[in-house]
Amino acid sequence: MMKLQDLAKNQELFSSGHRACAGCGEALAVRQILLAAQPRTVVTTMATGCLEIFSSIYPHSAWQVPMIHTAFETAASTAAGVEAAYRFGKKMGRITDDIRIIAFAGDGGTYDIGLQALSGALERRHRFLYVCTNNEAYMNTGIQRSSATPLGADTTTSPAGKVLPGKVQHRKNIMEIVIAHDVTYAGQTTVFFWRDLATKVQKALDAPGPSFLNVLVPCPLGWRHLPAETLKLSKLAVDTCYWPLYEFENGKYKVNYEPQKKLPIEEFLKPQGRFRHLFGTEEGAKVISELQRFVDEQWDLLHKKQALTNG
Amino acid sequence: MIVAKTGNEAIAYAMKQINPDVVAAYPITPSTEIVQIFSNYVSDGEVDSEFVAVESEHSAMTACIGAAACGCRVMTATASQGLALMHEMLFIAAGLRLPIVMAVASRSLSSPLNIHGDHSDSIASRDSGWMQFFCETVQEGYDTLIQAVKIAGKAYLPAIVAIDGFILSHCQERIETLNDQEVRDFIGKLQPNYNLLDWRNPILVGPATLQDYYFEFKRSEIEGMNRALPVIQEVQEEFGKRFGRSYPVLEEYRCEDAVAVLLVMGSACGTCRVAVDRLREQGKKVGMVKLRVFRPLVHTLLKKSLAKFKAVGVLDRVDAVNSYGGPLFTEVGSVLYDLAERPRLFSYVYGLGGREFAPEDAMAVYEQVLAGKKDELVTYIGVR
Repeated sequence: MMKLQDLAKNQELFSSGHRACAGCGEALAVRQILLAAQPRTVVTTMATGCLEIFSSIYPHSAWQVPMIHTAFETAASTAAGVEAAYRFGKKMGRITDDIRIIAFAGDGGTYDIGLQALSGALERRHRFLYVCTNNEAYMNTGIQRSSATPLGADTTTSPAGKVLPGKVQHRKNIMEIVIAHDVTYAGQTTVFFWRDLATKVQKALDAPGPSFLNVLVPCPLGWRHLPAETLKLSKLAVDTCYWPLYEFENGKYKVNYEPQKKLPIEEFLKPQGRFRHLFGTEEGAKVISELQRFVDEQWDLLHKKQALTNG
Repeated sequence: MIVAKTGNEAIAYAMKQINPDVVAAYPITPSTEIVQIFSNYVSDGEVDSEFVAVESEHSAMTACIGAAACGCRVMTATASQGLALMHEMLFIAAGLRLPIVMAVASRSLSSPLNIHGDHSDSIASRDSGWMQFFCETVQEGYDTLIQAVKIAGKAYLPAIVAIDGFILSHCQERIETLNDQEVRDFIGKLQPNYNLLDWRNPILVGPATLQDYYFEFKRSEIEGMNRALPVIQEVQEEFGKRFGRSYPVLEEYRCEDAVAVLLVMGSACGTCRVAVDRLREQGKKVGMVKLRVFRPLVHTLLKKSLAKFKAVGVLDRVDAVNSYGGPLFTEVGSVLYDLAERPRLFSYVYGLGGREFAPEDAMAVYEQVLAGKKDELVTYIGVR
């Protein structure tokens, strides 16, 4: 079991002084991931987006590990090239060190524009860890809906209006899409549960094939919550079963955290401005109830998968 | 060794001899065979290369960028829609100063779909920061690909080596190949600008820049291209000395005392040579200027050459849709503008979508340029 004291002894590979907003969940995730990755050596890629903007504005860099950014949809395909170069170097005896590759992208860069490149890289079985730092919308460009955005969320391209109650579709299940590629390891986690996150990072990096982490990172700007409530929301997402902590390893599902008391979805929605319009109207109540039904169904399904694969 | 090879076979064979560290590629007509044949070399263990059979051209170029940023010698091949899909990443490869070499079997762009040869694909990538070589023959394609690897590595610029789709890619020619050792000695070892995998010295590749630095990055990239010509010439000369085949950046064919010339790129140069020979037999003072390198634009050489003639017809195998003439034509017009005495310039667009361009077509163009009279701004050759 990993201890916080051990993690604290590791080197900070993601420097402070970057330009993320106060309370940014993504910055926390990256910092924790690079702490947890040690003592492994990592080389990283990232998609265009918040992370790239707040960590790499020339002539400054928050990265104490090698990092390459090329474009928005290319975190996985760039990693594929880096991994091919690494394999070549190993094969020819030019590289003797053991290096792990991590690709970072947001939900837009993963669920939407980068999905093809991700699928290709997973299918070709490049050995790399793909991390989706998921804040459930295009936050960098100003909070537009993505296919990771939940039903009912008010974004600038799914605005809550007189007729429409925010986004009218549920988010898609990227974990199942990734698992369908028969990846070696896939995990879903979030920043409040640092031990769960750190353990999953280590498992994912040690997997002998492609691996994937879907990390929920609350975004004060896009979710419209207080910066001090980032971790609280991260925990509420899990305690409402909106964001189950689970993993897929060697063909088996495992739910890593069972809330002592499963909270109603309103607990997660209420502190967030993106769901404010759902409260106090009949139409809004219908959306909340559909969200609850969806969460319950997914939670139930997950346990069925767990039971099925653990025979 | 003297062998019979199609353009694609010759390019693939050159790639085998170059033995690049990483190849990431995706199939598309008419360049598919290059990747296919290269895969055979990989499967038979004839190359050391890591071959990544990606899921799109966009990922092909991206994986090439990722590998090249790790200090690898990287190659790929594509055409047409494939090159168009790569468009975004072409600028990034050039901006990161990565010496990736890409064979392009030139093909038209949709719509309507057409798989045959014209220069729409490469010319649409004109401003992406890649060097562009247009080849007249299969032999030149083979030799140029080998040269381009060395040129790109010295200039820290990516390079496109274009052979006309089907006309060269699928036609067999007698070519003289070098032996593997000659190729490897000639290209030497790549001295990369940087290596992402050198984790003890971590670097950030591809940062975000604001108004305070972007311009300087781009200016230095432009300077890289400005300085590429001497590198190209040096490598070509060395190639010529070693192997006895040389291709000037700009070649004048039977231009001594010529009054009218055509400026041409690609396989149509061969067609124009025949037309020139026939017209010379009739005593007509015509010649051809072959432009082999489109980027960097060799404006000094163009100026020096074209200033000598009374009339110049510029042949473009692509149209720029309502520009003031074909793409090469407008560039040449700019190049010649500040001369006190300029030749008359005529714009011709030919061969779109693989439309036949025969010596007779070229001869008709010569007659018109010689007469110095043309009514329309752009003449579209052979359009019904």
